[in-house]
Amino acid sequence: MAVAEAQHTLARPLDVPAVAKELGATGLVIFALAFGLVGFETLDVPGGIGINTRFGDVVGAVAVGVLGRLALILLREHRPKPVLFAGAPLALVVLVLLLSITLFGPETGEALKAFLPFKSPVVMWGILVVAVILVIRAGYAVTHMSSGLSPDEREAKMDRLSARVQRAAKLLGPLLLGFALVFPFLPFADRQLLDIGILVLTYIMLGWGLNIVVGLAGLLDLGYVAFYAVGAYSFALLATYQGMSFWVCLPFAGLMAATAGVLLGFPVLRLRGDYLAIVTLGFGEMIRVILLNWYSFTKGPDGISGIPRPSFFGIAEFTRSVDEGTTFADLFGLTYSPTQRIIFLFYLILALAMVVNVFTMRIRKLPVSRAWEALREDETACRALGINPRNTKLTAFGIGAMFAGFAGSFFATRQGFISPESFTFIESAVILAIVVLGGFGSQIGVVVAAILLIGLPEFFRELQQYRMLAFGMAMVLIMLWRPAGLLAHREPTIRLFGAKGKAGAGS
Amino acid sequence: MQNTFAYFLDQLINGLALGSIYGLIAIGYTMVYGIIGMINFAHGEIFMIGAFVSIITFLLLGIAGITWIPLALLIVLIVAMLLTSIYGWALERVAYRPLRGSPRLAALITAIGMSIFLQNYVQLLQSARNKPMQPVISGGVEVLREGSYVVSLSFMQMIIIVLTFVLMIIFSSMIARTALGRSQRACEQDRNMAALIGINVDRTISLTFVMGAALASVAGMMFLMYYGVIDFFIGFLAGIKAFTAAVLGGIGSLPGAMLGGLLIGLIEAFWSGYFTVEYKDVAAFSILVLVLIFRPSGLLGRPDIEKV
Repeated sequence: MAVAEAQHTLARPLDVPAVAKELGATGLVIFALAFGLVGFETLDVPGGIGINTRFGDVVGAVAVGVLGRLALILLREHRPKPVLFAGAPLALVVLVLLLSITLFGPETGEALKAFLPFKSPVVMWGILVVAVILVIRAGYAVTHMSSGLSPDEREAKMDRLSARVQRAAKLLGPLLLGFALVFPFLPFADRQLLDIGILVLTYIMLGWGLNIVVGLAGLLDLGYVAFYAVGAYSFALLATYQGMSFWVCLPFAGLMAATAGVLLGFPVLRLRGDYLAIVTLGFGEMIRVILLNWYSFTKGPDGISGIPRPSFFGIAEFTRSVDEGTTFADLFGLTYSPTQRIIFLFYLILALAMVVNVFTMRIRKLPVSRAWEALREDETACRALGINPRNTKLTAFGIGAMFAGFAGSFFATRQGFISPESFTFIESAVILAIVVLGGFGSQIGVVVAAILLIGLPEFFRELQQYRMLAFGMAMVLIMLWRPAGLLAHREPTIRLFGAKGKAGAGS
Repeated sequence: MQNTFAYFLDQLINGLALGSIYGLIAIGYTMVYGIIGMINFAHGEIFMIGAFVSIITFLLLGIAGITWIPLALLIVLIVAMLLTSIYGWALERVAYRPLRGSPRLAALITAIGMSIFLQNYVQLLQSARNKPMQPVISGGVEVLREGSYVVSLSFMQMIIIVLTFVLMIIFSSMIARTALGRSQRACEQDRNMAALIGINVDRTISLTFVMGAALASVAGMMFLMYYGVIDFFIGFLAGIKAFTAAVLGGIGSLPGAMLGGLLIGLIEAFWSGYFTVEYKDVAAFSILVLVLIFRPSGLLGRPDIEKV
């Protein structure tokens, strides 16, 4: 067969000295990287810091790195068989070891850990995942007689997959919405699950809001959390100082955030992409520093507590008894339960998120959104066509900020307490990661990414400390693998000669 | 008190020392931006790693019993530059090289991802607590006495300013005179043409990252010795301020980065001295915004003309 022949000609004899040199260089670099920071641990001792050595981990890191590089070289040189036949059993042994560590008690676990290069099970699981991916690649290469896909083929394949997901979203979207609607009444939905659901929905809303700015208009905003903070503080301050209710404050909080967005955007939106990113980041930090230090107004690091909970549209309260008016339980003839408020909050954020979603879907059909997308693709051409870049960008920036303001006031009313701690740069980075992972501009992608990034770590609490590490790594890997975003697929918004054409006919 | 000349001089000295540190970090931003046109957002973390490598080396030297300060400083300087520059090299090789030719934003997002990764990597390995260190160099000379107010220039501040000055001269002459510097300037003007005349572009870019990281590690070491305490988060603020310095001086220009660094350091010191300490970060960011609005090419930069 032609493929087999091609395979035969591709598999040149292995240049052993060159491979050895490459492996040696890899080992040396990893050793140098690990020696300082992994090899020595600074410890807190009375009166200063002490030091502890961890040379075992350095050796482990070098060994794992060299083995991984060897596997990659073998795959590159069209020799997948050794990778498959050596890698698969090795991965299996590690898997069995790891499983037995988690299954058997701590004593057996400690004894078994001696067989692993790293003491931390999470690190080992991470290495195992990479090893399994390499083995799968090798297996694919052996069965398909080829050394994997070329980048172009892979890109085309991922694009087809993304297109399929986006088409499925037409069906999947209503299904997910339906699930969310009945979710609070499902038998397994306890308080904890509802809280996680509320959290995930908050991030979905923020992701969709940022998607307008980053995905549609192509403006990289690293200070999105600033508008979230403006919304939260607007509501919290109005509610605690003026005693205004959530429903009165909600539009006002959105307005304040949008104003902040326009005020910031006006001078800086003519900057080029990466400068804009840094300026928005600086602005986000500025807002936080001001909130932290303007003690007489924002109570600084103490935060604002006692923020009122939302009422049932101003008709009834979610408390056991009230001084005046009615309680929610009385209004509907139910017995009082604290879960009623949680369920109400869940529906509230669901409704807010859906407002953002519907808004985005509808505005994509309006000229202003077409102008955003055109600006994202080519600003110079847009200028030539008579689009005012600054005003057009300003609308996107303002609208995105407004939705962040809504989400912020929801956050404040749900928590009952806010402080500048909640609005750090990391928060912006997380929201951005959700948009990036989902594929810029893809609505369903944001949902998937928010569930993966926010929902999953909530279940695996012990992963919490590794969460941000994995975040950073995921952002890098996804950009390296698909710079357009994981589930990115751009259907042209409009076509010449109607929409029939060859829409979605692959490639 | 705040009206005296002595107070002014005190702030001036503080600002110069702080500005030197910012300047050294800013050079890394400016060189990378000059050569590949990307903001290396993770550069602040390289500075932080330099500080951590330094503190570990200091501790090891203390255990080994090397107490003669000049020798200890030299060893720490060399070890920190060496190990940190490998981080700089690996950063470029792993995260940025595969993305060359991709859209600008993709590279910036990768850089942000790398920054988050490195921060948490150090946090996991070295714990999130503050790492205090005994002052290595103490004492100083008295510059001015006004009543009971004494202005002194500490030996540490002297070392910071002198070392920065010396490193600036070494690196400027490297770029102006050596073959590597010529390749760098050629790559800055036109990477494709540089490749055509036989310059190894990949190697030149790698070495640029190595140089930037080495300077950042010196800044990290000086930061550690000056303030006596570090944590895994110092790279974020220092990085943003150094970037502000690079933009203020004109991104892509080496003397500009140094000038910008000194200006930011001085502004911060005077702001803290005469207004409020709390809002010194706001002052730095406001300057960034103002510079970008009114003079996007910076003080010493060339205006950037976008061609279609």
